[in-house]
Amino acid sequence: MLEIEIDGRKTEVADGSTVMDAACKLGIFIPHFCYHKKLSIAANCRMCLVEVEKAPKPLPACATPVTNGMKVFTHSKTAVKAQKGVMEFLLINHPLDCPICDQGGECQLQDLSVGYGQGASRYQEEKRVVTNKNLGPLIATDMTRCIHCTRCVRFTQEIAGWMELGQAFRGEHAEIMPFIEKTVDSELSGNIIDLCPVGALTSKPFRFAARTWELSRRKSISPHDGLGANMIVQVKYDRVFRVLPLENEDINECWLSDKDRFSYEALNAQGDDGRLTKPMLKQCGEWREVDWQTALEFIGTDLKRVAREHGAAAIGALASPHSTLEELYLLQKLVRGIGSGNVDSRLRQTDFSLDGKQVTPWLGLPVAEIPALDRVLVVGSFLRKDHPLLAQRLRQAAKKTTRVSLLHVADDDSLIRLDAKSIVAPSALTAELAGVVKAAAEAKGVAVDAALAGIQPSAAARAMGESLASGEKTAIFLGNFAQQHAQAATLHALAQKLADITGARFGYLGEAANSVGAGVAKATPDAAGLNAARMLAEPRKAYFVLHAEPELDCANPAQALAALRGADLVVAMTPFRTRAVDYAHVILPVAPFTETSGTFINTEGRVQSFNAVVKPLGETRPAWKVLRVLGNLLELPGFDHDSSEAVRAEALGGKPASVAEQLNNRADGVAINLTATTPALQRIADVPIYFADPLARRAASLRQTRDALPPAARMNAATLAKLGLAPGAQVKVSLGGTATLPVELDAGVPDGCVRVAAGHELTSGLGPMQGELTVERA
Amino acid sequence: MDTLGFILDAEQGERGWRLAEYVQRGGYAALKKIISEKIPPENIVAELKQSALRGRGGAGFPTGLKWSFMPRQFSGAKYVVCNSDEGEPGTFKDRDILRWNPHMVIEGMIIAGYAMGCQRGYNYIHGEIWEIYKRFEEALEEARAAKLLGERILDSDFSFDLYAHHGYGAYICGEETALLESIEGKKGQPRYKPPFPASVGLYGKPTTINNTETFASVPYIINEGGDKFLQLGKPNNGGTKLFSVSGHVNRPGNFEVPMGTPFKDLLAMAGGMRGGRKLKAVIPGGSSAPVLPADVIMECTLDYDSIAKAGSMLGSGAVIVMDETTCMVKALERLSYFYFEESCGQCTPCREGTGWLYRVVHRIEHGAGRPEDLDLLNSVTDNIMGRTICALGDAASMPVKSFIKHFGAEFEYHIQNGKCLVPEDAQRAGSGFFKVA
Repeated sequence: MLEIEIDGRKTEVADGSTVMDAACKLGIFIPHFCYHKKLSIAANCRMCLVEVEKAPKPLPACATPVTNGMKVFTHSKTAVKAQKGVMEFLLINHPLDCPICDQGGECQLQDLSVGYGQGASRYQEEKRVVTNKNLGPLIATDMTRCIHCTRCVRFTQEIAGWMELGQAFRGEHAEIMPFIEKTVDSELSGNIIDLCPVGALTSKPFRFAARTWELSRRKSISPHDGLGANMIVQVKYDRVFRVLPLENEDINECWLSDKDRFSYEALNAQGDDGRLTKPMLKQCGEWREVDWQTALEFIGTDLKRVAREHGAAAIGALASPHSTLEELYLLQKLVRGIGSGNVDSRLRQTDFSLDGKQVTPWLGLPVAEIPALDRVLVVGSFLRKDHPLLAQRLRQAAKKTTRVSLLHVADDDSLIRLDAKSIVAPSALTAELAGVVKAAAEAKGVAVDAALAGIQPSAAARAMGESLASGEKTAIFLGNFAQQHAQAATLHALAQKLADITGARFGYLGEAANSVGAGVAKATPDAAGLNAARMLAEPRKAYFVLHAEPELDCANPAQALAALRGADLVVAMTPFRTRAVDYAHVILPVAPFTETSGTFINTEGRVQSFNAVVKPLGETRPAWKVLRVLGNLLELPGFDHDSSEAVRAEALGGKPASVAEQLNNRADGVAINLTATTPALQRIADVPIYFADPLARRAASLRQTRDALPPAARMNAATLAKLGLAPGAQVKVSLGGTATLPVELDAGVPDGCVRVAAGHELTSGLGPMQGELTVERA
Repeated sequence: MDTLGFILDAEQGERGWRLAEYVQRGGYAALKKIISEKIPPENIVAELKQSALRGRGGAGFPTGLKWSFMPRQFSGAKYVVCNSDEGEPGTFKDRDILRWNPHMVIEGMIIAGYAMGCQRGYNYIHGEIWEIYKRFEEALEEARAAKLLGERILDSDFSFDLYAHHGYGAYICGEETALLESIEGKKGQPRYKPPFPASVGLYGKPTTINNTETFASVPYIINEGGDKFLQLGKPNNGGTKLFSVSGHVNRPGNFEVPMGTPFKDLLAMAGGMRGGRKLKAVIPGGSSAPVLPADVIMECTLDYDSIAKAGSMLGSGAVIVMDETTCMVKALERLSYFYFEESCGQCTPCREGTGWLYRVVHRIEHGAGRPEDLDLLNSVTDNIMGRTICALGDAASMPVKSFIKHFGAEFEYHIQNGKCLVPEDAQRAGSGFFKVA
C-alpha cells in the first residue's frame, strides 16, 4: 500500500494505482476527458494535469503512478492554470455550437468549460472543419466537434474487440475515422455514443428528438438476452425517447449492447407490424376492434366450450421467455386452473428429455465471478451475437489469466483470444464434447464410463480437455445452440460429467431475459402436460400465445403455424400487430416491458423487478392484469392480486430476494446417447441478434445494420463445390418446408452443413432448426 | 584548426564505407577485443561512464548511465535500438555517419547488445534518405557474412542480429517511443512515460535507444579507454562531437570537433560568414533549441554545459547560422510551420497550440499583427511547455519564446509597421537565391 495526500487529505492505495484512482477513492473530482475507468490510459487530453510536490511540471493524474508519500494538489494555482490552459486549447477549434448540438446539456466539455473556460476566446483565426463520417445507422457524427480523446478508438479496440475506428492524419489534421468505406458494425457500438465526451458521436435514432433535461430518467431492465442489463429509459410525454446504461458492475458494468439500447424504437413502431392499441376480435372472418370486455368475455366463453367439448388438455399455452415473471406465473396458473398442464416457454428447444429431473437451468455462478475463472469452455454458442456483454466479459478475462475454449458449429469470430477451438457439424457436437470429456478424464487420471469407451478425442478436443483439466477455477457454459440442439440432454450429461471430472462449475447461458424466471414461475409442463414441441406436433384445439411470434420464435415454425391455423381458438397476447392476424381469433394488446411493472430473473438467478416507465399505449393493458381478469371471468380461485408485487410474492413463494435454492443444473441418470446419424447436408440455424425477439425485430434502426442483413444459405467452398453452386445463386432450401435464399460463401461453416438463420420471416417457411435439408437451384 | 575525426574525416567526412576499408582503419578491433578477452559487460558500462559520453541525439543524457538502467536479470527478449530518424531541421550528421562509416555504428550496436544482454537490434533510419538505408542494409550483409553479426559472433557464445528499418519521414518518429511504435507497425505517436523504454520498450520489452553518433563513439571508447575519450573533450562532456553547420556560412557541412571547442573556431572552419556579413543569431542545437544572439554565442564553447549556461541547448549539434540580413519573424514563421505540420495530434496542447502559434506568427509576418500578439504568443507557449506527452510541445515553444526574448524589437516593428525592420532587398541579398545588383 502506498500513502498519498491529495489536497490535504490522506489515503492509502494499492501499488500500481494512479493519482486518478486515489482521487476517485477520496471522492475528489479531477477534470478529465480521455480518462475512462474501463479503458486503457491515453493521457492525451491533458485536462487532468495536477500539481505534484517536487515535480517540475504538472502531471496528468490519470497516468501518474502514486509513489509513497506523494503530495498532490488538484486545485492549486499551478494545477488550475494548467487545466485552464488545456481547456482553452480544446475550445479553440471546437465549434461552440451548443445550441444546435445534440450533446448539449450532457456534454462534458460544456460542463467543464463552465469551470475552466473563459468568457471569450483569444483565438480569432478560422476554426478547423472536419468532414463527417458514415458510421452506420446507429451513430451520427459531427466530427468537427471531436476533441480527439480517442475513447471511441480504445473502446472498439479493447472492449468490442475489433478496432473499427482509428485516428488518421497528424497534428491539427488528425481525424477519428473508420476504415475507408466501412461502418462501425460492432454489436456494442452504441457505447461510443456514451463515451464521447462531446457531441461528435451522437445517437442517430434519438438525434434532435429531445433535450436531455426534458427527459425523465427511469430505471428498467433489458428484456433481451439472459444478462438482464440495467438500463435508464428516458421518457417524455409518455413516450420512450432513449435508452442508456445504468451502471451495475455485477451485470452490465457501464455498457449496453446495441440491442438493449436501440430496440426501444419498436415501442413506438407504427404501421403493419407496429403497435396494437385496441383488442381485436375476428368475427365472420373479419377483424374488428372491440372493447376489452367483449374480447375477454369471448375468450372466457370459448375456452369453456373447448374444455367442455375436447377436454382441458386440448388447451395449450406458449409464452415467450421474454415475458415477465408475473405474466408467466399467472399464465401457467390460469392454464393449470382450467385443468390443462400444457404450458411452456422453451419455444426453440427440441430435446426435452431432462424434464422431470427438477432442472431449472441457470449460469451456475454469478456473472461477476467470470473474470476470476482461469479456464472456461463454451459449448454451442454464437457468443457475440447471442450474449454480447457476456462475450465482452469473457474477452476481457481472456486478456488476463482466463483461458477460454470454444466448441461450436460455426467459426464466427468471437473476438476473444481462444485457448482452443473446435468447429464441428451439429451432428458431431456430442461426439466432440465426449472427446473433451475423455481427454479431460485421461488428463486427470479418472476412469470414464462405458458410453465413452469408443470415443477417440480429436486433437482440438484433447486441447480443450487438457486446458480444462489444468485449471483451478473452471466453468463450462452451454450456449443457446446447445440448448436448442436435438440432443441437448446428451450435451447436458456430457458437460455435467466434464464438470465432475474437472471440478468445474457448469451452467447455461440463458437465452432470454426471463429464461430462468420461466422455470421459477413454473411456466414449464409437469408430468401430465405437454411441452412446447409436443403442443405443436400434436395440435391442440385452443392456444394462448403470450408475447411470442410462433412462426419466428418456435423451433419448427412451419409446424407451429400449421397447428395454430388448425385450432378453434387462438388468443394472441402481444403489444404488436403480428402474423397472429393470420391464425388468431382474438388479439389482445398487452404492455411491453416499458408499460408494465414486472420482474426478470437473469441467467445468474438475480431477481430484478422494474416499474412501468410510461403509461400503456392506447388501450394496451399489462398482461398480468389481463390474465388476472381472465382468471376471474373463468371463476378460477386465487386471481385476486391487486399488484404485480403480489403476483411476484406468490410466484417466488414469499422470498423475493433470492431464488437460489430453486435453481439447479444437475440432472442425474441422463442417458448419454452418442449414436448420431450424419445427414448428407444438415442445417445450422442461428438466431440473428436483431431477430431474436419481437421487440428487436421491430427496431427500425437495428434493421438497417449489417447484423440484420437478410439470411442466406451459407456454405463453405467444399460444400458449394459438391453441390455445384456458386455464391449469389438463388436456391430452394427444403427442410419441413421451403425457403428461397441466395447462396453465400462462408468459410466458417463446417463441411456438409448449410447455415440458414432462423427467426426471420424469409426462413419462417422452414421446419426444424436442425436436420437434413436439401438444396436445389431455384 | 584540424578536426579530430575518428567518426568522419576532416574533409566533409568522406571515407570508404565498405567493411574491408573499415577493418583497415582498425574497425571491429573493439568487438574482437571484447570477444577474445571476454570483457565482462559491466566493465564496458563502467568504461562508458568514465568516458562521460552523453547522448548525441539532443538530450545529452549520460550513455553509460542509460545502459546501466537495463534490467540485468530480465530473462526474455531485450532490444537495442539506434535512432537514425534524423528529422530535426538543421541536423544532417547521422546521415553522413551512415553514409561514410556505417560499420562503426554496427560495431557500436553489437557492443551495446553485448553490454546489455540483448540479442536483437534495430536501426530506424529516416525515411527521406533511402540511399543510405540501402547502403546500411548492404553493410549489414557484409557484417553477417563476416560472422560479425548473427549467431555465435566470431565463434563466441554471443549472438546478436541487427535489422534496418526505415521510416517515412515523420519528424515525430524521432521521438524514441514514437519510433518504437513505428517499428511495431503502428502509427508513430509517443507513449506516455513512465514506464520508460528501459522497462517497457519495443514490443513491451526492455529497450535502450541511442543516437547514431552515440553508438559510433562506442568503439573508440573500448579501444582507447574512457579516460582518453573524456580527455578529448572537457569534464562531463567527453569526446568529439559532430556539428552540422548550415545557414549563412561559406562552407556549410559536418564538422567533428572536440567538445568544448569555441564557437568562433567552428565558424572559422565553416569558412566564416558568407559575404563577410555580420553574424546576427545562431540556433546552436537544432531548430528546437532556443536561438542565441551573436554576442552571446561568440563567447560560448561548444559543449552541453556552456551552451546550457547561455540559455540554449547543444541539442543534436545542428548549428544554424543567421546573418544580419535575416528577418527573425520570417525565420520563426518557418520554424513554427514545421512544428505545426509535424505535431502528431495526440495530445491537446501540442495539437491545438502549434497551429495557433503558427497562425499568430504568420499574421505578424504578413503585416496583420496585433499589439497583444507577443503577450499572446508567450502565454500560449507557457500553456504548451511542460504540458505535453513528449518534448515536441517544448520544441515548438522554445523557438517562439527565444525569438521574442532576443529579437522582440523586430517583432514589435513588424506589428507596428506591417513590414520588416530588415529591408526587403537586404533580405534578398543575404538569401543567396537572388542576384542583387
